[in-house]
Amino acid sequence: MNEKTLEVRGLTVCIPTEKGVICPVNDVSLEVPAGSITGIVGESGCGKSMTARAVMGLLRYPAKVTGGSVLLGGREITSLPEKERRKLRGAEISMIFQEPMTSLNPVVKVGRQVEEAVRLHTACSREEARARTLEMFREVEIPEPESRLDCYPHQLSGGLRQRVMIAMAMVCRPKLLIADEPTTALDVTVEAQILKLLERLRDAGTSVLLISHNLGVIAKVCDYVYVMYAGRIVEQAETNTIFSRPEHPYTRGLFRSVASLREGGGVLETIPGVVPNLLRLPAGCSFSLRCGQCADNCRERMPELRETEPDHKVRCFLPGKEETE
Amino acid sequence: MLRTKRKRAEQAADLLLQSQIGEEERFRDLMRRMVRENKTAAASFVLIVLMVLAAALGPLLTPYGENEMDLLHRLAAPSAEHLLGTDEGGRDVLTRLLYGARVSLLIGVAPALLSLILGAALGVAAGYRGGLTDAVIMRVADVTLAFPSMLLAMVIMYALGGGILNVFLTLTLVNWANVARVVRAQTLKLKNCEFVEAARIIGVSRGRIMRRHILPNCLPTLLVLFTLNIPASILTESSLSFLGLGIQPPNASWGLMINTGRQYLYSAPWLCFAPGAAIMLIVLAFNFLGNGLLDVLDPRMKKQ
Amino acid sequence: MVKRNLARRLVQALIVLTGVTLLIFVMLRIVPGNPVETMMGEHANAETVARMTAEMGLDQPLHVQFFRYISSAVRGDFGTSYSMGKPVSRLIGGAFVNTLILALFAALFAWVVGIACGIFSAVRKNRLPDRLFMGFSLLGISLPVFMAAMFLQYVFAFRLQWLPISGTESWTGFILPAVALGWNSAGQVAQMTRTTLLETLQEDYIDTARAKGRGPFGVLIRHALRNAMLPVLTMMAIQFSGLLSGAVITETVFSINGVGRLMVQAISGRDIPLLQATSLLATTVVILGSLLADCLYSVLDPRIRKEG
Repeated sequence: MNEKTLEVRGLTVCIPTEKGVICPVNDVSLEVPAGSITGIVGESGCGKSMTARAVMGLLRYPAKVTGGSVLLGGREITSLPEKERRKLRGAEISMIFQEPMTSLNPVVKVGRQVEEAVRLHTACSREEARARTLEMFREVEIPEPESRLDCYPHQLSGGLRQRVMIAMAMVCRPKLLIADEPTTALDVTVEAQILKLLERLRDAGTSVLLISHNLGVIAKVCDYVYVMYAGRIVEQAETNTIFSRPEHPYTRGLFRSVASLREGGGVLETIPGVVPNLLRLPAGCSFSLRCGQCADNCRERMPELRETEPDHKVRCFLPGKEETE
Repeated sequence: MLRTKRKRAEQAADLLLQSQIGEEERFRDLMRRMVRENKTAAASFVLIVLMVLAAALGPLLTPYGENEMDLLHRLAAPSAEHLLGTDEGGRDVLTRLLYGARVSLLIGVAPALLSLILGAALGVAAGYRGGLTDAVIMRVADVTLAFPSMLLAMVIMYALGGGILNVFLTLTLVNWANVARVVRAQTLKLKNCEFVEAARIIGVSRGRIMRRHILPNCLPTLLVLFTLNIPASILTESSLSFLGLGIQPPNASWGLMINTGRQYLYSAPWLCFAPGAAIMLIVLAFNFLGNGLLDVLDPRMKKQ
Repeated sequence: MVKRNLARRLVQALIVLTGVTLLIFVMLRIVPGNPVETMMGEHANAETVARMTAEMGLDQPLHVQFFRYISSAVRGDFGTSYSMGKPVSRLIGGAFVNTLILALFAALFAWVVGIACGIFSAVRKNRLPDRLFMGFSLLGISLPVFMAAMFLQYVFAFRLQWLPISGTESWTGFILPAVALGWNSAGQVAQMTRTTLLETLQEDYIDTARAKGRGPFGVLIRHALRNAMLPVLTMMAIQFSGLLSGAVITETVFSINGVGRLMVQAISGRDIPLLQATSLLATTVVILGSLLADCLYSVLDPRIRKEG
């Protein structure tokens, strides 16, 4: 299948603030092919969550999409009126969030919350909605599903809550599921289970856009990876490629820090400097201030995304170059 | 020998305390910040100062006396001669208003201060000592709070009789329970802080801990409570006087002026509305100031 | 679990009530002077005073008087009014109904108007409706009840003659006093509703609701309000006490025969039984109110239910 479930072209999101306009998402283009799990990886604040929200149409005022377009299953959705957009949310495209503890309404039973998703998009009775919810609970492997229907969120563990969230997102069989840091707030053992669940969903026909700052998670389940920094895509390739041959200095820095952690002993490698303030971005490449191989050219002009090998793009003037000491 | 040991322990605990407090903003800087950020609070502060000045100096500046009657010009509407008109005895309303300001401000501040002291003392004792002291003090506070404030004030006034001093006492008794509750809650939080534990280990006496370690840290809360209790006292007093149960004539208080002016509500509405507006202004001003203080002191309190 | 907690709170309430009764009892009797003398005024001579004192049982020691009072009170007998000569329970009965209606009207006004203003303000944050409503609520909080009462009476009853000046012959007589009384509470409710709603709208589950496809109205009503209303409800229960305080004034201004006005009359008439009974009634209502509020909160917030 070479159909694309999601296509994002040149998306830009800007927020007017008292001190100026900042663009946490700047000219981002990506694709989620049908039947795949595609990942976006980057540090906190690089714009990956904003991109997800923009795709869903869930930006919080005063953030706005100021450029680009989003196509869902080939259909342009950014120019749709809000009412039409709403019909898609929950039914064609869904999202699960990072904190299952606070993402569920504390005073409503979880069964009701999932039923709500059903009844918003299909005309059916309470009993039918409840039956579908139960079925979904079983699919996401919630133990003792009948009794859980009437539980309140605070009565469930973190892992169960995330399963409920997934059930709520999947109950209408959307084409695309966006998972924003789905396992960050969970234990490692639970994380493995949730990731397995995502793979099963993918096999059953839903494409997944997985967002994480955790390289391990990305490596485990993603087919294709986009690396984001300061609102831009800086590298993209298939998972195997990017993990074996990272070319952007930032990506390399990321991998090095994780590797040094795993190998233990000695110095923990970090990327020097901090994520830039979006109000005061450097003139050229956004990474120039922290880059070990920064040349004069890099400080003056923003590099374009260029293909260095088939299906491997990098936004750098000197990709793959070894760093000078 | 034991005394010097104790003295040294106390000095050590004080030093520990100093190092805690030293980090925090000085009072002056806090006030400066409030003025900068909260314009209404700043304006209220200015208004209050002006009112105090008017109350203190005003009566000296008006040509009329407090009880100067002029029966030929009773119930005159506001005019150039009498800026706020005259009352049923021909007395200048503005003058009465200014004299009444003294009473009302005093009625606001004194009981607020007294109830603050009483409430803080009892609250700290209840919170720190716990056990029976806590239970007893809190039950009494609950009983006091179970009463609607006006009704409690009325019953106490009945028991004590009229007069300014009794009004003071009444208002104090009505307001202390609130202060006590808040101070107790703060004490419970502070009790487990490290510097208190340290002081206890060194051997500082309970009373001293309460006085020098816990209470000073409650000061921001107490300041806010004080500022917010003043308008409450003023309102309660004016309500009492309005019902004829508070300040008695011939003393002027704003509430009393409204009470006597009530009969002439339809013929001479200014008799009621002038003191009423004055009450409103001062209550608003103190409320704004109190909320402004709360905003400025809040992060400081959160740190604790 | 809930029942055990309810029982515990009931016992606490009873203790407070007994404490209050005792307090009132003691306070009223430490007044110097013999109430019988005051009652009889000029006709008092030592003999008659002594006889009446013995008759009314006022010469007994305090604790005996207290027990006698409690035992008759439980049977519904609150003594005879000194100033009006009728049994207190009868006087209060009629008045209580009036005060209750007044308080309920006022509460309804306060809550409906307050919550509506709060919601509107929160949804149109920092724009004109917000500033307008918050200005009103500020006015509500700082305007003393007697000012509001007199102002309303002057403008709407006297000048415009839309509503009666006083009395309660028709239900319209309750409107102005209810508004005057509820004005203050409305302001507080409006401010609190706005604050809690604004906070709630920032929560994560609001995002989830929107991600499901809920429209803004649905999100507001079905998700935001349900959570935002909890603290507001607690506040409304606390306000009940304030309503009773204000009722005293409103009843006086509008000449409504209610418990508050009776209390004022009792004080000026040095009428101990009446004063005692009215105070007791007021306190009981307040205590019941806060008990009800606690129960309501437990019912509405499932997180509390577990711990009781």
